[in-house]
Amino acid sequence: MSTPATSSLQRVLTTLSHQEPDRVPLFLLLTMHGAKELDRSIKDYFLHAEYMVAGQLRMAEKYQNDCFYAFSYAALEVEAWGGEVIFRDDGPPNAGEPFIRKAEQILSLEVPNIQDIPGLRRMLETISQLHAHNQGQRPIIAVAIAPFSLPVMQMGFEAYLDLIHERPDLLERLLQINEEFCVAWANAQLAAGATAICYFNPLASTTMVTPEMFRQLDAPLSRRMCRRINGPVALHFASGRCLPLMDDLADLGAAVVGVSMQEDLHQLKQKAKGKFSLLGNLNGIAMRHWNPNQAEAEVKAAIAAAGPGGGFILSDNHGEIPFQVSDETLLAISASVREWGVYPLQWAAQES
Amino acid sequence: MSSDESLSPQATDEFLQALLASDRFAVRRIITNYADLTGPFSVIEQLIVPSLEQIGHAWDKGEISLAQVYMSGRICEEMIETILPPASSQRINQPPIAVAVLDDYHMLGKRMITSALRASGYEIHDYGRVDVDRLVKYVITDKIAIVLISVLMLPSALEVLQIRQRLDRVGLHPFIVVGGAPFRFDAQLWQEIGADAMGRSTSDAVTIVSKLLKDLL
Repeated sequence: MSTPATSSLQRVLTTLSHQEPDRVPLFLLLTMHGAKELDRSIKDYFLHAEYMVAGQLRMAEKYQNDCFYAFSYAALEVEAWGGEVIFRDDGPPNAGEPFIRKAEQILSLEVPNIQDIPGLRRMLETISQLHAHNQGQRPIIAVAIAPFSLPVMQMGFEAYLDLIHERPDLLERLLQINEEFCVAWANAQLAAGATAICYFNPLASTTMVTPEMFRQLDAPLSRRMCRRINGPVALHFASGRCLPLMDDLADLGAAVVGVSMQEDLHQLKQKAKGKFSLLGNLNGIAMRHWNPNQAEAEVKAAIAAAGPGGGFILSDNHGEIPFQVSDETLLAISASVREWGVYPLQWAAQES
Repeated sequence: MSSDESLSPQATDEFLQALLASDRFAVRRIITNYADLTGPFSVIEQLIVPSLEQIGHAWDKGEISLAQVYMSGRICEEMIETILPPASSQRINQPPIAVAVLDDYHMLGKRMITSALRASGYEIHDYGRVDVDRLVKYVITDKIAIVLISVLMLPSALEVLQIRQRLDRVGLHPFIVVGGAPFRFDAQLWQEIGADAMGRSTSDAVTIVSKLLKDLL
């Protein structure tokens, strides 16, 4: 009698419980490539839930991806606050001019109602349709921008750093209203059928702020967020460094942490072992130049560094693979995981 | 103390720590003390530039945060505006230098570079957020010798090649220096898009500009 094939969801749940599944799970965090699959412009693709659903279904099969990525673009959350989004043909839509032009505007900001925002409703519809297609086979990963990081798009990085240093009163108010929005948005996506929330928080990384600032300004907030979000949370630093924070992160309540290629993956794994799983850390920008051999070498290196013992999902390190990365490279990554990611990883033990 | 004398390592370290702690009062006190004794240019050359260089390298190695780099540059720029106003005849005599952000409202990188260069005594044309057309037009109009382009996203980085090609077509070859996240993750990208140099940090920007100016003058 043959053993039933392991589903992607089972594979992921096993690794998240720090055990070895049949193979290392692969999360190709693809957004814009769906437009290419359907021969649509990026703007047209992101403005239609049915296109995003079709794109994710097609890419999941094509690349044997272990998740559906229910994410369009980060600036969607700026749209929710009345901010402008600028579309382009060759990359992710970007946030327009910050809508908070004076710090005092923070006093009159109100938390947007999720159901009032067409872009957010479109993502909920996307998640809902993916959930209906999925039949519990793959985790559906939705996204929320952390309250501590959202102000970079709301008011601009420079003004936000000035606010942090000079206006603690207004900073507290902004983080409070962002927290309420983030909780509502994350929980709406989970209610629509998402399995987990990828909580993007690049500003909390040590690339951006000191560990002391993280502990003072973000950690209490992110700990509350992990508690208030009604599902598993993956903390993602979007290429930012987090090694000095590993002990702190264990305390926040996240199931997964997205890590950067700028840090040693093996060292990160040793720190995370048994506490939370790692997601990462292929270099999406460099991926544009990879040939199949390089793709294989990069996949092998990442699996050897963090795969043994489970607690690892192979992915890119930014949470969004650039539009310019070729299908050939993505297929090579996928094939390499199936070749080298099968447990037990005896080859990795022999090579180490 | 004469302007020829070097600052003690202890003084430099005290200044560095004050910058990293964003302690404006301590920074102002140290700068004012040394400027009174040695003149503004010694302060720039012996204290500010080496400190900002050290801070830039420390960020590149992951030892300090971007917030610290930003605040350090901003505080130094404020201090320099005080001791060496923009119209001062003591400003560095230089060919035109410009800085711009390509296709993005994320201005922090440009702001940090501008601060570091101004804190190092350079005059800078700040073009803000531009697209390819506007940047090419400004570079031609202002006869720019060095243009520093900051980008956040990969597609914007790839557009620098268009800028190079369009300037080539009108017979201009300003030095194009690029910086920003995509270049930190792909070490060859700056060459692919026709730039002359790439800076990984604000201190790199100051070093590159200083070297290019030596070659130009």
